[in-house]
Amino acid sequence: MRSGASALTRFRSIALGGMSLADYGFYILCATAVVLLLAEAVRDTTNFAQTLVFGLTQGAIFALIALGYTMVYGIIELINFAHGDVFTLSAYIGTTILGLFTVTEGSFTALNLVALVIIFPVVMLIMGGINVAIERIAYRPLRSAPRLAPLITAIGMSFFLEGVMFLWKGPATVHFPNILPQWTTTVGGVFFGLKDIFVIITAAILVALLAFFINRTRLGKAMRATAQDRDAAQLMGIDINRTIAATFFIGALLAGAGGVIYGLYYNTVYYQLGFRTGLIAFTAAVFGGIGNIPGAAIGGLIIGLTAAFSDSYIGGKWTTVVIFGILIGVLVFRPTGLLGMRVPEK
Amino acid sequence: MSNAAKARPTLRDRLNIRERIRDRDTAVYGILIIVAVLFPLVTVYATGGTALVSHATRAGYWVLLAIGLNVVVGFAGLLDLGYAAFFAIGAYTYALLASPQLASSPAHHAVHINFWILIFGSMLMAALFGAILGFPTLRLRGDYLAIVTLGFGEIVPQLFYNFDQWTGGINAVGLIDQPLLPAWIQGPWSGDGDFKIVSPFSFNTDPVAFYVLVCFLIAIAVILVTNLYRSRLGRAWMAIREDEVAAAAMGINTVTTKLLAFGIGASFSGFAGAYYAADVALVSPDNFLFIVSITVLVMVVLGGMGNITGVIVGALVMYYLVFYLIPGLPENATSLASSIGLGSLNQSSGDWPGLGEETQRLNFIIYGGILVGMMLLRPQGLLPSRVREQELKHAAVLEEASAVEEGARA
Amino acid sequence: MPESTENILELTNLTKRFGGLVAVDNVSLHIKRGEVFALIGPNGAGKTTLFNNVTGLFTPTAGRVVFDGRDITGSKPHQVARLGIARTFQNIRLFDYMSCLDNVRVGRHVRMKAKVWDSLFKLPWERREEERVTDEAMELLRFVGIAKHANQYARNLAYGQQRRLEIARALATDPKLLLLDEPAAGFTPQEKVELMQLVKKILSRGITVFLIEHDMKVVMGISERIVVLDHGEKIAEGPPDEVRKDVKVIEAYLGKSA
Ligand SMILES: Nc1ncnc2c1ncn2[C@@H]1O[C@H](COP(=O)(O)OP(=O)(O)OP(=O)(O)O)[C@@H](O)[C@H]1O
Ligand SMILES: [Mg+2]
Repeated sequence: MRSGASALTRFRSIALGGMSLADYGFYILCATAVVLLLAEAVRDTTNFAQTLVFGLTQGAIFALIALGYTMVYGIIELINFAHGDVFTLSAYIGTTILGLFTVTEGSFTALNLVALVIIFPVVMLIMGGINVAIERIAYRPLRSAPRLAPLITAIGMSFFLEGVMFLWKGPATVHFPNILPQWTTTVGGVFFGLKDIFVIITAAILVALLAFFINRTRLGKAMRATAQDRDAAQLMGIDINRTIAATFFIGALLAGAGGVIYGLYYNTVYYQLGFRTGLIAFTAAVFGGIGNIPGAAIGGLIIGLTAAFSDSYIGGKWTTVVIFGILIGVLVFRPTGLLGMRVPEK
Repeated sequence: MSNAAKARPTLRDRLNIRERIRDRDTAVYGILIIVAVLFPLVTVYATGGTALVSHATRAGYWVLLAIGLNVVVGFAGLLDLGYAAFFAIGAYTYALLASPQLASSPAHHAVHINFWILIFGSMLMAALFGAILGFPTLRLRGDYLAIVTLGFGEIVPQLFYNFDQWTGGINAVGLIDQPLLPAWIQGPWSGDGDFKIVSPFSFNTDPVAFYVLVCFLIAIAVILVTNLYRSRLGRAWMAIREDEVAAAAMGINTVTTKLLAFGIGASFSGFAGAYYAADVALVSPDNFLFIVSITVLVMVVLGGMGNITGVIVGALVMYYLVFYLIPGLPENATSLASSIGLGSLNQSSGDWPGLGEETQRLNFIIYGGILVGMMLLRPQGLLPSRVREQELKHAAVLEEASAVEEGARA
Repeated sequence: MPESTENILELTNLTKRFGGLVAVDNVSLHIKRGEVFALIGPNGAGKTTLFNNVTGLFTPTAGRVVFDGRDITGSKPHQVARLGIARTFQNIRLFDYMSCLDNVRVGRHVRMKAKVWDSLFKLPWERREEERVTDEAMELLRFVGIAKHANQYARNLAYGQQRRLEIARALATDPKLLLLDEPAAGFTPQEKVELMQLVKKILSRGITVFLIEHDMKVVMGISERIVVLDHGEKIAEGPPDEVRKDVKVIEAYLGKSA
């Protein structure tokens, strides 16, 4: 056992031209995957491109959720299990608000546009408020408690939110109005619509806004400082409680937008949707190196693509195995995630 | 050493009964044993049936799971979010090797291995997988391990589902063999012959048999884990939990020590899995989803991580909540409403789905609320671990205490 | 060869880089068996990093660490501890939620033999070993003067007692060489005197002491030889009186207070 363990370490630390063998192994695996995919792309371009479109769309939504996981983890080292349910709840709230408008389904009217413009900020702000409340009630009192205590309250919160949705709309799937323009087209046999473009562009805009916020604003910088070293940040006069609340707020804004986008794209949601989606989005966050914001966005896209390609080429029932298998592989060969950013050591 | 200490201690002193009762853990064990003995007697007498005993039996394997996970999470401080995977591995090992299942698989031969052998086989199988998973991943920083185990926990049931040729997939493995008692237990006194001491006691007909078995398994598990806890290895686990760098600097090989925690935790889960398969006689991938891992984790944390009595109490309390109290609420609410003259509430009308249904819908909220509330009230768990009182009684410590007293007097 | 028996620790051209920063720069030094050797230098000079390289927490970028005639460069921390180097930490790293007694018994781990099976079934020899180790641990707690706190959680001790507990825990590994990282930091003058007495007691057990210390009174009071680090480089070496007069040292280190 002991010699084996050190053999693995030795294997990891053998260096060739600045990279370890494990790194080479990792890159070779990645390259193989890319080559196989390219071969597939040449063989059946249409199917490949179709999968690509679908993967990107799905990945964009995962990315929005993953960002919330990564930000919260980065700042308080909590795997916020309730985050996936915050995402679902926003779709529930979204469909309720849309119910207030007399939107037209299946075609795009002026009222639809108005509803669309209103629903995003409204749902996002409501979710922000809810998430801040969750943090205040369930996590903040436990900040100095044993590490697993907030994890359990997060799980409790997850059940609680699912329960709220269950009580509210029952166990069946809930319809989300289909109010986006229905325009679709095929380019070289690849079928895609305005919906796909809408999802990807909205997500991209939100991620760009987040990047701007984190890098350029005072609060964003405070968040980064707090994630780096909470005590030092406090000494520098940063209000820790406020900064953490802000992190939850922004995480929920993104998840809120993600929920609405999901609803607009798939048109049906159900109360336990957030559980699996959240788990996969969390995987995406880890994939990109948890705590790393660009990493989460890229991780989301990669997981979305992986899921799509696995669904299409290997078969849906293998997708879970593929995603989590890759996750384990990445962590074994690249313990700090794909982008290799270190987790703040505390 | 004073003369008094040299004098031959009386039996009462030696047994230290008073001191022991004052010790919280001993008291809890005492109560648990008494309850375990009285429970089947009282419930069978009171209800005339064994439904409650079956419930208690099922609570028993959750206790086993919690005791095992406590080794990983509570002692060694490794967050394992995929514990159910090992449970699944144990259950399937037993289910496949002690049922007709393999006859309809590509192997074309049913295997029926004896329960008492296979329960250890399941244990070893789970430990093996624990080691395989742990070996490359245990050097990962704390939370990455949690994620790897989470991924493993997602993959394993899916694999059992996917390889349906062998496992029956979603159709589950059924007709699993029940344990047979060794002949010397099934002797004349078991009720088959003239010489009856107890009523017929067989796994096929009597749920009490499973209850007794699980109590024995738990007792053995508690003794073994307590032994580990108070040993070189137990302290090494806790040292790693508290500060891995300092532990390594004290000469602890952190990787092998963590691997041991992982393997031992997994073997408990495999053990419980085999027992579970034998008890319910039907195993499907759906019995081992993430929710199972989470439930066991909640049992451990809520009971008081690292403290074996706490974990047992936590498991029992959670079992009662999750599998008895909350599922029973709709019925209780309905009958309560009827008995106080509000029976009309039970009918559904318009938006109102009826009281029972409405209560059912509240289940998640109640469960979630309880988790949050309990954690906020007792972040350390119901019975947090404390410095072991027993240690105080150790001679060297006592001597020191008396020396201090003498010093104070002088 | 005769050197290796006289010197318990030899560092040869030891270098540790963190990216662009050279925390320890080509340092060579040797510590004689049975002496008290001090490492001093301004904040950030690389003293703790040097300790970490010796104890296996870091792998040196270049250079060799020879302990007791044996090359231990790049060994794992637990291997180093087994060979006989124990340490304390600058910012105390005790096992907070374990009793003081258990903290010290963890230190004894590496000298214990019980395997999983022995413990699982509480075999008689495991029991005897536990008894013996408990006695030894109590003896060490008494040695550092905190025996009456044996059953308290380490985190509940006063600061000075925690430092003592760390020393007891390190001694429990039966070291030949004890590394103390700023053991007197935050101590009152009275506590410093007690610490110096404790170090002498440790020395009389045949253990060589290698310490990092900022307090010059402590350093001058107990150490036989001193090495001064500045910006990772060794700038002086010798007996306290000489080092005190060294111009470079005064510039780099004492200069600030003088
Ligand atoms: N793990 C690390 N990664 C990167 N840089 C490090 C690391 N550890 C130490 N350093 C850097 O190496 C330099 C030397 O640090 P070290 O802690 O050894 O100093 P020191 O002499 O012990 O100082 P002090 O008196 O403050 O304890 C510092 O600049 C520090 O920032
Ligand atoms: Mg230092």
